[in-house]
Amino acid sequence: MGVMKRVSLVFKAKANKALDKMEDPRETLDYSYQRQLELLTKVRRGVADVATSRKRVELQMNQLQQQANKLEDQARKALGMGREDLARAALERKASAQSQLNDLQVQYAQLQGEEEKLTVASQRLQSKVDAFRTRKETIKATYTAAEAQTRINEAFSGISEEMGDVGMAIQRAEDKTAQMQARAGAIDELMASGALDDAIGGRRDDIQSELDMMAASSDVERELSRLKGEITASAPKQLEGPGVEANGTSQATQSQPQSAQGVQDQGGPYAPPPPAQAQPAGIPVSDLPAAEPQDGEGS
Amino acid sequence: MIVRILGEGQFRVDDVATAELNRLDTELEAAVNHDDEAAFAAALDGLLGQVRAQGSPLPADTLEPSDLILPHQDSSMDEVRKLLTDDGLIPG
Repeated sequence: MGVMKRVSLVFKAKANKALDKMEDPRETLDYSYQRQLELLTKVRRGVADVATSRKRVELQMNQLQQQANKLEDQARKALGMGREDLARAALERKASAQSQLNDLQVQYAQLQGEEEKLTVASQRLQSKVDAFRTRKETIKATYTAAEAQTRINEAFSGISEEMGDVGMAIQRAEDKTAQMQARAGAIDELMASGALDDAIGGRRDDIQSELDMMAASSDVERELSRLKGEITASAPKQLEGPGVEANGTSQATQSQPQSAQGVQDQGGPYAPPPPAQAQPAGIPVSDLPAAEPQDGEGS
Repeated sequence: MIVRILGEGQFRVDDVATAELNRLDTELEAAVNHDDEAAFAAALDGLLGQVRAQGSPLPADTLEPSDLILPHQDSSMDEVRKLLTDDGLIPG
């Protein structure tokens, strides 16, 4: 005997065993109907469970995708700063996030498949349960012991086969969901422990902190030269207030010696320069000769 | 006759197609007996394809029992072995 026939006989044997337990056939109908309603509830819960699990995977997939995008962005920035080593590290992590993501995508598709199958199974079972209820009422209404057993057996074995099938479908979906949840849990745990930290967007991210440090140190350089500019500018400011603000740059600092020399070459005692001259030359022009020539004049 | 594919539902299959189904079923059984996973997958695939191609789905609200029952599409050999035992996979 082939597999197909044997499996169907196993199903039939199950149904018969359940039937034999009942003394009054009508009892069988009610009892079975009760079981059917329970199974309907169970299969609907199964659909909800798979959906919950699927959404969790979806969430993790989104996180991984964001992380992959972020790592690529970091790689781009690192390259822009001439740090190929950092860019390489970021891309390696992106590859690891990407491979996790690919794995999850496969499992996600499987869960989706289970969800669809269970949904269809639940609809089919609902139709059969409705049909069974109608049949049950008819049998009870026209009950004669002689014919009842056969009709009950017919209705019963049909529905019991369906129930066996749906029961197995629920079991399979539960197994898949459990596997998926174990996996999702493992990823969550890795994220929490920090092992997947950089790949999953955890608490500390050394690539990001190095990029931040580089950005910060170039900010510091900028600040430094701004402050230097301010300091050199502040000397003339004491003597000759106006004009300083506009010159707080490194250019102004550089131009200082030149213009200073220019003035010194002219030699001569200090005289406040006419406004037309002072402006193009910048702050320094006015300030340089100030001290010495004045002293000389006094002695 | 009526054939059920577990997880998919019932199909009414013309008796003419039965010979081919039986041939594939014998292959399936041999594969299970010889622990030959590749032959098993091929035979199961062939069986399910044949039923889907030759059969017409029964309406959802029929209460007719099936003459033959086939395992799930992605069943493993181990699952099929359990199916064949009375206290195996089929819930109460």
